[in-house]
Amino acid sequence: MSSAAQAKTLYESHFSEMEKGGLPNGKAWIRNLRERAMARFNGLGFPTSRNEEWKYTDVAPIANTVFQPARRGLDRDAADAAARAALGSFEACRLVFVNGYYEPGLSSPRPPLEGVEISSLAAALEGDGGWLEPHLARYAGYENHAFVALNTALMGDGAALYVPPGRILTEPIQLLFISVAGPEPAVSHPRILIVIGKGSQASVVESYLGAGEGVYLVNAVTELVIGENGVVEHYKLQRESERAYHIATLQAHLAGSANFSSHSIALGGILARNEINAVLDGEGCECALNGLYLASGEQHVDNHTRIDHVKPHGTSRELYKGVLDGKARGIFNGKIYVHKAAHKTDAKQTNKNLLLSRGAWVDTKPQLEIYNNDVKCSHGSTIGQLDQDAIFYLRSRGIGVETARSLLTYAFASDIINRIKIEPMRVQLDRLLAGKFQADSPAGREP
Amino acid sequence: MLQIRNLHAKVADSEILRGIGLTVKAGEVHAIMGPNGSGKSTLAHVLSGRENYQVTAGEVTFQGRDLLQMIPEERAREGIFLAFQYPVEIPGVSTTYFLKAALNAVRKHRDLPELDAMDFLALIKEKMKVVEMDQGLLNRPINEGFSGGEKKRNEIFQMAVLDPKLAILDETDSGLDIDALRIVANGVNALRSAERAMIVITHYQRLLGYIVPDYVHVLFDGRIVKSGDKRLALELEEKGYAWIEDEQEKAQRAGA
Repeated sequence: MSSAAQAKTLYESHFSEMEKGGLPNGKAWIRNLRERAMARFNGLGFPTSRNEEWKYTDVAPIANTVFQPARRGLDRDAADAAARAALGSFEACRLVFVNGYYEPGLSSPRPPLEGVEISSLAAALEGDGGWLEPHLARYAGYENHAFVALNTALMGDGAALYVPPGRILTEPIQLLFISVAGPEPAVSHPRILIVIGKGSQASVVESYLGAGEGVYLVNAVTELVIGENGVVEHYKLQRESERAYHIATLQAHLAGSANFSSHSIALGGILARNEINAVLDGEGCECALNGLYLASGEQHVDNHTRIDHVKPHGTSRELYKGVLDGKARGIFNGKIYVHKAAHKTDAKQTNKNLLLSRGAWVDTKPQLEIYNNDVKCSHGSTIGQLDQDAIFYLRSRGIGVETARSLLTYAFASDIINRIKIEPMRVQLDRLLAGKFQADSPAGREP
Repeated sequence: MLQIRNLHAKVADSEILRGIGLTVKAGEVHAIMGPNGSGKSTLAHVLSGRENYQVTAGEVTFQGRDLLQMIPEERAREGIFLAFQYPVEIPGVSTTYFLKAALNAVRKHRDLPELDAMDFLALIKEKMKVVEMDQGLLNRPINEGFSGGEKKRNEIFQMAVLDPKLAILDETDSGLDIDALRIVANGVNALRSAERAMIVITHYQRLLGYIVPDYVHVLFDGRIVKSGDKRLALELEEKGYAWIEDEQEKAQRAGA
């Protein structure tokens, strides 16, 4: 049997198992949606390198693995991992998922404000969920994306957040996905839907964490809808375990004057792909995509972004930085698409990479597609080693060569960390980074 | 303190230093002057241990030890300080952090206890006065966005903090307006002491009006061709480097 046919059989079986299990499948629109998506996955099959959007990432290891659907599995490892990931002491409304399933025992889903709905996706689907239908799967297209199709067909649980117009959420919302690897490879399909009403404001932290040493796949999809004048800060922290596969899509849709900033920190997994697509579908939108990817050993990390400037007067700023060591491979594939009507678009895209070893490799592909003449757009990318002049300068003051290298590597990466506005998260990541590069915190204002 | 004998060095494949000899004792200030391309900066870099400079002959001892065997950080810890002609900008690392790391590396090497944050802060507050350094600059990433004058002041400030035995100032005056030059020179003069030696490399006599040297050497084509006291600098200023070139040509012709 070909691997495409194998994949089809495997995921068809997951689909029927899910139906038997009586997951929140009851409502007709959900059932229809899942069936359409499953059919679409069967039509598409997993992408190959012939697909331009997957040119640099070979998903054969995923296609060839026989995954079992991840099981509910709250154990000690998961609880410990959750505790470790508590992001310092910051007060947050927190939803914790283990192997893709909501875990009430580890969560503190206090509704931040009146009218705000926050729950697991399963609960939202079972409940009234009137606000779900017009949004769920309306943004993250599954027609041409096998992983999104598979997620849409098989989504079991995840998070649902609805913020009505005019609410300012002062506390961040933390969504923590812990995968506990078992002896058999398992797959989960977390699904997140966030709808932010007109003039509302929220910040959301999406964290992925692995426990145990086995193989697993997280195939996540997040849809984020921001109403007019809404403001959303989105943080994604990917710290899957060493043998994990992580494939994720964040699809953001912005109405007029909305402001969206994304911070993607990719640290874990053996093969990870993070896709962020933002559609600036109203006048005067602002969008900032920041990314940091650190990889070593045999890790493969793919950052795929697309910003669609659909309407006039939109601004976008994108900065992705990568640090690659060992035989790691990094990818930045970012497209800015300026539509015909989007005059006065102001877009800037930058990708910078630091290679710490001879074996490390980066493919960088910044792209601009512009269909309007009245715009200001630029893009650029760099791939380099540590600055020898800077290393010598530090050494000439008595700092050892290894310390000098760590310090400069840390400084390169901390640029992205410093953009994180949630202080405890910034401090935690700063420490993590400093530990990784064996430096203390050199950006600290206090000596 | 420093003894250089018959030093030859090349960069890439061209020989820049062709037999330098120089002895510097504690407390002395030596000026090294010379036209562009004579090897002044190469000498500074060779002494500080810059890679890409290959010593092909000769020896250098510093406090009785073979300097050329030491890696750059070891030279710094032993007490050599190079004030760069072009100080490097390092985004993401604040000057205070960097300097504390450097100072503690130097102190550790000298078997002194590391300074904690409080003591270090007190020390830099005191040393800032030497070059009228602004605290705001120190919290910024090293040299990033600094003016030319600020960068040079930062070099002398670092020198004040690290307290070297031998300071090499590589064209510290170039590109400075007269006010900045005065501040930098005052800083250097404040750091002159009986225990410390200095090598002041410059193209112009101007700096030596402020930092008065004990000895002046003229470097030409990779060799010291003339040595004297501060009057030599004035003579050079008056006659220009063409005078040295003419003399060298005459000598060569006489030799041939």
